[in-house]
Amino acid sequence: MIFEGLSEKLQNTLSKLKSKGKLTEKDVKEAMREVKLALLEADVNFKVVKDFIKRVSDRAVGDEVMESLTPGQHVIKIVNEELTALMGSSQSKLTFSSKPPTIYMMVGLQGSGKTTTCGKLAKHLKKQQKSPLLVACDIYRPAAIQQLKTVGGQVDVPVFSMGDGTSPVHISKAAVEHANRQGLDTVIIDTAGRLHIDELLMEELQQIKAAVKPQEILLVVDSMTGQDAVNVAEQFHEQIGIDGVILTKLDGDTRGGAALSVRAVTQKPIKFAGIGEKIDEFEPFHPDRMASRILGMGDMLSLIEKAQSNIDLKKAQELEKKMRTQQFTFDDFLDQLQQMKNMGPLSQVLQMIPGMGGKQLKNLEVDDRELVHIEAIIQSMTREERSNPGLINGSRRKRIAIGSGTSIQQVNKLLKQFEQTRKMMKQFMDMEKGMKKGGRFKMPFPGM
Amino acid sequence: MSEQTKTGFFQRLKQGLSKTTKEFTDKIDTLISGYGKIDEAFYDELEEILITADLGFDITMELIESLREKVKEVKTDDPHQVKVLLKELIINILSTGNRELQVEPPPAVVLVVGVNGVGKTTTIGKLAHYFKQQHKEVMLAAGDTFRAGAIDQLEVWGQRNQVPVIRHQEGSDPAAVIFDAIHSAKARNCEILICDTAGRLHNKKNLMNELGKIFRVVDREYPEARKEVLLVLDATTGQNALQQAKVFGEVAQLTGIVLTKLDGTAKGGIVLAITKSMGTPVKMIGVGEQLEDLQPFDPSSFAEALLGDTNETRIADDIKI
Repeated sequence: MIFEGLSEKLQNTLSKLKSKGKLTEKDVKEAMREVKLALLEADVNFKVVKDFIKRVSDRAVGDEVMESLTPGQHVIKIVNEELTALMGSSQSKLTFSSKPPTIYMMVGLQGSGKTTTCGKLAKHLKKQQKSPLLVACDIYRPAAIQQLKTVGGQVDVPVFSMGDGTSPVHISKAAVEHANRQGLDTVIIDTAGRLHIDELLMEELQQIKAAVKPQEILLVVDSMTGQDAVNVAEQFHEQIGIDGVILTKLDGDTRGGAALSVRAVTQKPIKFAGIGEKIDEFEPFHPDRMASRILGMGDMLSLIEKAQSNIDLKKAQELEKKMRTQQFTFDDFLDQLQQMKNMGPLSQVLQMIPGMGGKQLKNLEVDDRELVHIEAIIQSMTREERSNPGLINGSRRKRIAIGSGTSIQQVNKLLKQFEQTRKMMKQFMDMEKGMKKGGRFKMPFPGM
Repeated sequence: MSEQTKTGFFQRLKQGLSKTTKEFTDKIDTLISGYGKIDEAFYDELEEILITADLGFDITMELIESLREKVKEVKTDDPHQVKVLLKELIINILSTGNRELQVEPPPAVVLVVGVNGVGKTTTIGKLAHYFKQQHKEVMLAAGDTFRAGAIDQLEVWGQRNQVPVIRHQEGSDPAAVIFDAIHSAKARNCEILICDTAGRLHNKKNLMNELGKIFRVVDREYPEARKEVLLVLDATTGQNALQQAKVFGEVAQLTGIVLTKLDGTAKGGIVLAITKSMGTPVKMIGVGEQLEDLQPFDPSSFAEALLGDTNETRIADDIKI
């Protein structure tokens, strides 16, 4: 999970605070030390951390604890508010030029994932009924043009290139003319990635900018970037002026503190995040949700949105009803599995559920291939067994194992998991009810 | 060419050093002595320097702790001396293990692993050049059959170095490519075979299986070859690099690290944490985009660069004030 480590640590610290009852200056200081550590571990820039800590401390110590809140909740509130303020409070959408084609220029360091991101952005635009054109302006890296062509082929978007013998400025101009002729309404320019201290590259980017006057210049930043993220963002912003940021490689175990750093130095919104290497693993970035994600509030909104685009809405509603009434059966489980498969890797989906950000997930190794076995097992059950798993005794288990080509152990494991899932859903529903009653800050720490 | 290529790490290192040693010596002295004694503010500043170099919080704290002890031991209150002590501590960590590439006597296989975008393929191109300079027979294997354009990219490096590249189609089994490459290397009496691999962290299981299979092929088909498994790390990467090293360390017996993109402003301090916790030495560094810009790692220069710039910024601050 993106900020998993961070949220876990913050939760630990803040729950320490809660147990002390009253909030003293010393408490705040101690808590802030942990917050600082957690942010640094997540690769948030040192200076950004320092400022953040100072702001929060100033507010926390000077602030009167609101009557309705415990001191711990109060600190969480402040940390949350300041984090939200740092990340920006609302989602920032791509803008379109009034006179097509709309031109987006992608800039960034080598290896930050520009070319792949170009393809992902093109696919995103296509989904919005636009007709994009990809432009290969990285004439330096060997096979960069070939890579863009392959990516373009994957998303079925035309790629404009003039080989590596023409200047990128010329290519970009010609590309815009080409788009005009072909009636393509969006142009995505893939530029060469080099180091941010490379003056020649910066000049070239400035020239491209002057030549095609892009609607937006998007800085592509690898979310694994360390302390240097600040320098990179600063340089690109100063020299070319950026309009937004796309974070890449926000999958796996990346904590992504770079997001905070980049935002803090440029004040420009993070517009998208690449969350995996598959071409549709790309989504709008929600800064407000990110802040609550840091605090371990989960990212229900993202999950719901993700589910909406992939899941049959009617089925989802039925499912929700069943979850509430605890009538959840193996049939639903199977159904859900099949729908989840459409949503991408299971581990990713699970991460978005509140309360799963922390330790629980670590013990839950999710392998997509296991799903195949699970499907087979469920399909070997009778209808009755599926709706009433309590029926499944020893001999039934044996039959199911043989029928599905698995072992009794695997069947047992699934039954156990299913029981856990049911329980979890119950908890989850209770939690939601609690949230409605008690306000949002009660949720991550039910004991407060 | 040589003029241009040296604008990388060492040139800047030298510039930094000459600045600090000649003109500015007096200023540093006054500045450092401005601290008078080594106080908490001094340690705080050292802490900041180390953290902004991506060393990470834990190792920074460890270093500062050891430094405090050393300072007590040596009974110094000269900040200059303290910096020397800190540098020694850093060099000490980085000098772990054997930093030579083990390719003698031939044949040898060099497997290059790492996540996406760290510069694996480029590093292979430079490695090929490095070995060619030593008059070795080199061959490349395009084992990254996953990323679009990776094979073509390696092919270009092969042409630039005039070394053969063994390739299959995109999407084919990487282990099969390596298998073919090994037999081809044997047939042509090639001394060093350098293998590219796909970079992936996301799907850990697949990565493991794929790499595991490659290693099995190498072990089985080429038992007589010396083996180097180099993990390529991007110097701009922060704390996640440690995670990368651990994940790859689980699959492969890593023999060394190549730290790339050191020609920017990033310092790559995370290698300290990696070398310290895993014992894997840094063997080579990438300091630029030219073929020549891959060089053996020198802990002393690295430590100097890590702490060196700090002199300049302090001076700069001093002048501003």
